[in-house]
Amino acid sequence: MNRIEKAFENGNALITFFTCGDPDMQTTYSAVLCAVAGGADIIGLNVPFSDPTAGSAESFKANERAFQSGTTTDKIFELIGRLRGDIAVPIVVMAYCNSIFSYGSEKFISACRQKGADAIIATDLPYEEKDEFLPVCEKYGVTLISLIACAKTERMEKIAREAQGFLYFVPSADGTKDPAILRGECEKVMRAVRKSTDVPCVLFGADRYCRKLADGLFDGIIADFEISAIVEKYGADSPERVGEFVKAVKGEIK
Amino acid sequence: MKKGRFGVYGGQYVPETLMGALSELEEAYSFYKDDPEFNAQLSSLFNDYAGRPSRLYYAQKMTADLGGAKIYLKREDLNHTGAHKINNVLGQALLARKMGKTRLIAETGAGQHGVATATVAALMGMKCSVYMGREDTVRQALNVYRMRLLGAEVIPVDSGTATLKDAVSEAMREWAGDTARAHYCLGSVMGPHPFPVIVRDFQAVISKEIKEQIIIKEGRLPDAVIACVGGGSNAIGSFYHFIDDREVRLIGCEAAGKGVDTFETAASINAGRAGIFHGTKSYFCQDAYGQIAPVYSISAGLDYPGVGPEHAELYDRGRAEYVPVTDGEAVEAFEYLAVTEGIIPAIESAHAVAYAMKIAPDMARDKIMVVTLSGRGDKDCAAIARYRGEKVYE
Repeated sequence: MNRIEKAFENGNALITFFTCGDPDMQTTYSAVLCAVAGGADIIGLNVPFSDPTAGSAESFKANERAFQSGTTTDKIFELIGRLRGDIAVPIVVMAYCNSIFSYGSEKFISACRQKGADAIIATDLPYEEKDEFLPVCEKYGVTLISLIACAKTERMEKIAREAQGFLYFVPSADGTKDPAILRGECEKVMRAVRKSTDVPCVLFGADRYCRKLADGLFDGIIADFEISAIVEKYGADSPERVGEFVKAVKGEIK
Repeated sequence: MKKGRFGVYGGQYVPETLMGALSELEEAYSFYKDDPEFNAQLSSLFNDYAGRPSRLYYAQKMTADLGGAKIYLKREDLNHTGAHKINNVLGQALLARKMGKTRLIAETGAGQHGVATATVAALMGMKCSVYMGREDTVRQALNVYRMRLLGAEVIPVDSGTATLKDAVSEAMREWAGDTARAHYCLGSVMGPHPFPVIVRDFQAVISKEIKEQIIIKEGRLPDAVIACVGGGSNAIGSFYHFIDDREVRLIGCEAAGKGVDTFETAASINAGRAGIFHGTKSYFCQDAYGQIAPVYSISAGLDYPGVGPEHAELYDRGRAEYVPVTDGEAVEAFEYLAVTEGIIPAIESAHAVAYAMKIAPDMARDKIMVVTLSGRGDKDCAAIARYRGEKVYE
């Protein structure tokens, strides 16, 4: 059993994402340790990108703070190596395609393997383009996580059937604004997922409503911009607060 | 070749949440592109509303002055709204209306595509939202007013460098949130499939006309076709029907800004390398880690860090040449065409004129070149005056 499978063994998983280098690498490092101590099951590390077209306002600002502290892909791999020495939970690296492609897909993915990351997620890589990275991921034993959104049933089933690791469900913009729409989308997606695969599916979003939805419907939730908001507010003092937040959320989704 | 690919370039590198809208657009376009009624309506809009076909004008004085190849100017500057942009917008808006969309979203740099979109939205009774970098709304205040006058809402974008690439990001984001009602009317041969194909097909009318017109005037194909390249829509439009005519040289002129060896450039092929951005694989100006570079050109319309994927492929296989033209060379060409032919070209188009001026004298007198004037230069007069040290404000 690999680290990702293990992370879903004991009830709902909490996946916490950090923008690397926001506001500096040492804070990211400490915050990850606090999150793991608080009960985070999987650690996600965002590679900051100059033009985060799919991100929220929080993630835009997190990216900018990360650039101000001089974050680069090489420094992120150093961080991963350091974290792998200290934590046993899976590490997932999330990046825009160009961060992987331009660095050299082979170089990027082999470094993931070598430094101890378990999987990658490419924000702007839909099902149709996954061959961009999948062969290299397979070569180095790195899992390529698929994103899924509420779409036509055949599309969702196609994505789910070939999913590895876990499925990362992104609600639509309307879904994030309206709980009733979100609930409908979640049910539709999960019907398709359960029918097509045993791979777990997690919901992007960690507010109260998402935590409630996760119970029974999903296999876990993703805290991302919620973490960025804490880091924005408390800066270098954020790791402890992150730990408290993780502990509270984890208590609710068990 | 894979769907939506030009060699290894192109593709659909977008978040999963946009795939539904792209498939819907793809399906609709593949139906309407061969629909006789759609094409009849589009032709009528091209001819009666936009003023097509645009003229192919023999620039006699310029030819005599340069003393080499015979120079023809393809006058896209004479179209309604003053540039080639209207060709694409008419096509996309008509398609959007057939798809039942009631709102057009667009990005704009200098404001040409924004004005064209606002214009056609008014004509077709659609809502229109134009995203424009805050910097550009200040530099192009008159075009902001024009768009508002035409009933569009103009949304200034503050993220990133607050220029064209950020406006594209914001427009895509807005579209992802309103795909049921809105169509994203992308202004160049950029972005995810099917946009590079759709925009190219609607702009291909330029080369279709050049071919017919030059055969009538000269009885043969030209030796070279020259156009400026930002994202590359007027260039691909000018090249498209000549791609299989190997004897015709195709030359795209990129905005070198202050030079391709400086950071103040927007020449994606000459100063960039392969990357994946805004939904497509192509050439982009970027750093060693793939962070998209802030780009610069005196021409706001060429001030984009990437080039369309079809150009990337034409470059790789050596079918088209892409040359850098600096701010200084473009400004000289802007002034030259004004005094020589009484035509004020857009500063974007002046990049193509500049390169024609460079190579025409060395070509034999029986050679023929066609230079596409993608737009008119009224919008640029104040900025060029300031570049020359005159205190002129709009």
